[in-house]
Amino acid sequence: MIHSTIGSAGHLLIIIAFVTALVATFAYFKSGIARGALAGGTVEETLTWKKFARIVFYIHVAAVIGIVFSLYWIIGNHYFEYHYAWKNSSLSLPTGYTISSFWQDQEGSFLLWIFWNTILGCVLIFTNRSWEAPVMTVFALVQAFLTSMILGVVIPGLDLKIGSTPFLLLKEVMPDLPVYKMDPNFIPKDGNGLNPLLQNYWMVIHPPTLFLGFATTLIPFSFAIAGLWTKRIQEWIRPALPWALFSSMVLGVGILMGAYWAYETLNFGSYWNWDPVENSSIVPWLVLVAAVHTMIIGRRNATALKTAFILTIATFILILYSTFMTRSGVLGNASVHSFTDLGLSGQLLIYLGTFTVVAIGLLVYRWKMLPTDEEEVSTYSQEFWIFIGATVLCLSGFQILATTSIPVYNKIAEAFGTVLNMALPADQVGHYNKFQLWFFSLIIVLTGIGQFFWWKRVGKGNLQALYNPLLITLLISAAVITFKGVKDIQYIVLLTTSIFAIVANGTILLNIIRGNYNLSGGAITHIGVALMLVGILFSSAYTKVVSINNSGLMISRSEEFTNNDNKENKENITLWLNKPEKMGDYMLTWRDVRVEPRHIPGYIPKSWVDIVEGDFHAVALRDIVVNNQKYNSKGDTIEIFPENFYYEIDYREPSGKIFTLFPRVQLNPRMGGIVSSPDIQRKVDKDLYTYVSMVTNPNAEPVWSQTENFTVNLRDTFFVNDYVAILDNVVRTDDVEGVKLNEGDAAVKAIIRILDNDKEFVITPSFVIRDRMVARKPEVSNELGMRIQFQEINPQTGKFTFGVNTTQRDFIVMKATEKPLINILWLGTFVLVIGFILATVRRFKEFIKMRNKENQPTGQAKVKPKVQTV
Amino acid sequence: MKKIQIFGLVIIAVAIGIIVSTAGDASTYVDFTKAKEMAQDGDNESIHVVGKLKKDGMGQIVDMKYQPEIDPNYFVFTLVDNNNVEQQVIYRNSKPQDFDKSEQVVVVGKIKDGTFSAEKILMKCPSKYENGKMETTEHTAAKS
Repeated sequence: MIHSTIGSAGHLLIIIAFVTALVATFAYFKSGIARGALAGGTVEETLTWKKFARIVFYIHVAAVIGIVFSLYWIIGNHYFEYHYAWKNSSLSLPTGYTISSFWQDQEGSFLLWIFWNTILGCVLIFTNRSWEAPVMTVFALVQAFLTSMILGVVIPGLDLKIGSTPFLLLKEVMPDLPVYKMDPNFIPKDGNGLNPLLQNYWMVIHPPTLFLGFATTLIPFSFAIAGLWTKRIQEWIRPALPWALFSSMVLGVGILMGAYWAYETLNFGSYWNWDPVENSSIVPWLVLVAAVHTMIIGRRNATALKTAFILTIATFILILYSTFMTRSGVLGNASVHSFTDLGLSGQLLIYLGTFTVVAIGLLVYRWKMLPTDEEEVSTYSQEFWIFIGATVLCLSGFQILATTSIPVYNKIAEAFGTVLNMALPADQVGHYNKFQLWFFSLIIVLTGIGQFFWWKRVGKGNLQALYNPLLITLLISAAVITFKGVKDIQYIVLLTTSIFAIVANGTILLNIIRGNYNLSGGAITHIGVALMLVGILFSSAYTKVVSINNSGLMISRSEEFTNNDNKENKENITLWLNKPEKMGDYMLTWRDVRVEPRHIPGYIPKSWVDIVEGDFHAVALRDIVVNNQKYNSKGDTIEIFPENFYYEIDYREPSGKIFTLFPRVQLNPRMGGIVSSPDIQRKVDKDLYTYVSMVTNPNAEPVWSQTENFTVNLRDTFFVNDYVAILDNVVRTDDVEGVKLNEGDAAVKAIIRILDNDKEFVITPSFVIRDRMVARKPEVSNELGMRIQFQEINPQTGKFTFGVNTTQRDFIVMKATEKPLINILWLGTFVLVIGFILATVRRFKEFIKMRNKENQPTGQAKVKPKVQTV
Repeated sequence: MKKIQIFGLVIIAVAIGIIVSTAGDASTYVDFTKAKEMAQDGDNESIHVVGKLKKDGMGQIVDMKYQPEIDPNYFVFTLVDNNNVEQQVIYRNSKPQDFDKSEQVVVVGKIKDGTFSAEKILMKCPSKYENGKMETTEHTAAKS
């Protein structure tokens, strides 16, 4: 049965949400206008409109919650008649990840964004009544645009589709599927499932965090617009600042979570790849951080105030631009993980265009009203240094944006009828680093200097307070540079400037923390950033490839390798099953392929189970015992993650200590086939990062050569597949695996010894006579790529015949790198977050204090604006 | 001149510098014929070439070699660009997973001594789930 009710309800709620957002925009606008031009409207009118608007907005909130609930209901109950559920979830998906399938696709991620906006809207209504009308006008308008993206309404006559709804049935999306001709009510039994690459706990929390970051940038933007509109040119900063700080923190954490996921899951070999999708989220963040700084000084300095307006508006527009880039398909070839075009590009452009034009228009219209500085800002003032810092942040963002937008230039040129054919720089990482390294060296120095000026530790003719930190910095830097062997000038600069920032901000921190730790947010955040830079510097610039191929095999390959002094890329090594290979200081052995059971800790050997094809179950071929605990008996069916295979690689350190890594190989048709993920040996001072760069499909059956028969006597030597083999003995046996022997049955097994270079293998094929029938039990050695079957016993000649098939020996190609001091990056991240939290709390307290002060006296005088108690 | 004006000029100068440098670093999409001309002119810039794998009448990929047992860091194949010009491409890294399945390949690199030396390979594979849509994957020959 098709559950059409829930989908219809969801779709209806989307329409309600869209309409209520428009009505709320209008009503809040009316309320704002009446307030702005007191002559035209009465106070009562203002309040009536406001009350009405608020009720409409609450209906909107209820509708959005209803939409979220409906979509989740569809996914959670596995209603695969719906395209969204069919495409993004499956029965086998563990509950935790069904949440992720909610936002795996575009519609769901828009919905997530809409949802956060409604929550934030409610918080604003409750905490800030005096700004409600103008701020919520902007909010509701944004909601109208966002809900229109999931509207999924076709305007009759025009053939114009507005938005794409997640509540479409599969047969509405793919009406041409042949199955619908036979059975119009066909419902798929199972869905396609969530992209296994996203089945990771980071993917459960990263998207909501990132979208909360996106959503929160709307708040400072709304306040800036409201400030311009109601001519409260400076007052908007106080309520906007804590939100701007909160937004920087959430967006920053969201971006870093994505980076950490990439580090753990993708084999880029790094946490940051300068991918256009990553870039388009970091640019608004940089501008937002710059905006925060200008907001802080904007109440005292007119230039900073103007800049605060520009940057706050720019942040939000950049978020829209980034949404456009990642969702319009414009990135096309350029990015690995952008969404595909849903036919929403036009709508996204209108969205982007509207807010750009309205915001900039309003700013230009009010520009004359903005104050100007009477005298020039002094080079020794705090404002000067903070302003410079903000500017460099913006330049850094500008550079990233200029390059990331290359595909957009092509599209624009196309629209004008020319062909540009521009491509992203071939060496993207080098291109960005070339600029960003210097920008960030400058920014991080300015954090230190800025703090000294801010806390008035230095001033005109009084710079000596900076001497001590400078001296300490030089001493520490010299020590680190010598000890760590940093040789390149640009790294020396970045390292020294970062250390200066840590020392300078640390000095300030020590000074102020004794007074009031509430004020220490800035210094702590700066220290966090400086630590992150140090971590990035060492882990990226000093990544060392450990898996240098020195097996000497490539010498056979003519000039290609003898060229260039044999120094061409040799960063991958080949490992044969169970054959130790030297890599750097380690001795490596690939032991086995393992699978991941769902309710048993760790991974179990693939040979223990038989995986049911196309399912997430496997049959145990033996008792499953892990850590001396028996979980399943032979013959049981267990649940596994069928896409994931883990390659057990032993690392023997020079000291003889052995540790094991399990890099993953995932069969992932959604990503084009086989995806490998690293495993990381984490040490305090470095990570050892290992991934498999090539394997044969772990589920593929080996291709055996034609059988070659050998007829030999006992103790004869013969050559199979270039190995020396010796038939040592043929003995009677009572125990043949997989065969039950009854009375009167007989079995013998041959003991064949095979000599490899450094190792001996013993292969024991069996020959069974059971119920007067001959059964032959072959034995396979994956290490040798060989299968031997006991063919015949000739009692007359006393000779034995063996059939031998050979195949490619199992191998993997892997790569390992060392990433020094990467933990400093993660440590810096934590410090950064703590700093942001302290700063947010402090600014929020200030706002509450101010708001209550404003409300107290006016509470009685004016017509009862509700006084909030906090 | 006021300080703020000087400051503004500096910013504009840096911004222009960024734009010029971006334009300089940006690569271009060309075909193999152009790539060969560039190599002959001594132009050392890395370029993007879009093409398809060379296949025989049976749809089997031909002229492709990867022997991990000899050298896992050496992969050779032949790419046919949109003007049907064939070119041997060398990628000094392991063969990208599922390379055989790719419909379209973008190689980034330059022609050296008659062969195209690829620094990076972008592949488009047919997506199993979304009809007619392609998935892009990216592979880089390390050493950045």
